[in-house]
Amino acid sequence: MADGTRVSTTKGGDGMTDDAGSGHTPDDAEAQAPKVRIGQGPGRLLLSLYAVFTVAALSRSIVQIATKYHDAPLAYVLSGVAGVVYAVITVALWKGGEQARRVALVCCSAELAGVIAVGTLTLVDSSAFPDATVWSDFGVGYVFLPLALPVAGLLWLRRAARGAGQRREQQTGSEA
Amino acid sequence: MLDAVLITVSVTALLLAAWCGVAALRDQPTNDWHFVAMGVVTVAALVQLVISIVQLAHGDRPQHGMAVFLPYLVGAALVIPAAAFMSLAERTRWGSAIVAAGGLILAVLELRLNEIWGAGHG
Repeated sequence: MADGTRVSTTKGGDGMTDDAGSGHTPDDAEAQAPKVRIGQGPGRLLLSLYAVFTVAALSRSIVQIATKYHDAPLAYVLSGVAGVVYAVITVALWKGGEQARRVALVCCSAELAGVIAVGTLTLVDSSAFPDATVWSDFGVGYVFLPLALPVAGLLWLRRAARGAGQRREQQTGSEA
Repeated sequence: MLDAVLITVSVTALLLAAWCGVAALRDQPTNDWHFVAMGVVTVAALVQLVISIVQLAHGDRPQHGMAVFLPYLVGAALVIPAAAFMSLAERTRWGSAIVAAGGLILAVLELRLNEIWGAGHG
């Protein structure tokens, strides 16, 4: 019995060293092109919220452009543009990878700039937008989510990249 | 719009949001009971969908127009199933957070539905 236990422990130990040794090659391949998974964990929550906002902004602007375009063309077109930006971010989060991360990063920045610009404009000069958009008053009609989402998005995209970088460093470190 | 159904959907959605929110805070993924709750809320939203369609068929009209009312109505029925799928794909605390967010969104949609139909108007 005692012998058996000892043998199996040794075997287990050997197995672990073997695993670490043989695991090197695929790890290195991954290290060269690390897949930045931006649509998982917190990213999946962001992805879900962005999907909701895509539908909300796009359907809102479609209905408004179709039924009362001439009331406030700028506001309705802006809602449409916001919807497209949301759609791009949603797809980027869904796809993942470094390129998608950069696309999402650019779109989140544009979104943040849009929210701040439109939010400030609507507060300073309320006549600029006769009808509300998703971004009016910093998105107060959507519990400030239009303002919070791009901030959370940018933070998450940065962290996701750092996570991938750390994984890469750890892998190169274990190699040395 | 039937107030009783609207209130039922809103309250169950908020309860679901709170429950899954607690699970997310405790670092737990959604479990079978959460999915049962999602089913209950979805059934309530579907009942609302059917009742609303019947009312529309009888000639009742939302105060702020069909074009706005219908997307919200369909959206309300789809939010929780969509959140459930996302939570199946994400077996971490974030899956619970997604369902919590879905419950809150559904409650907001109900609020908007009430406004669009015209509060105290039917």
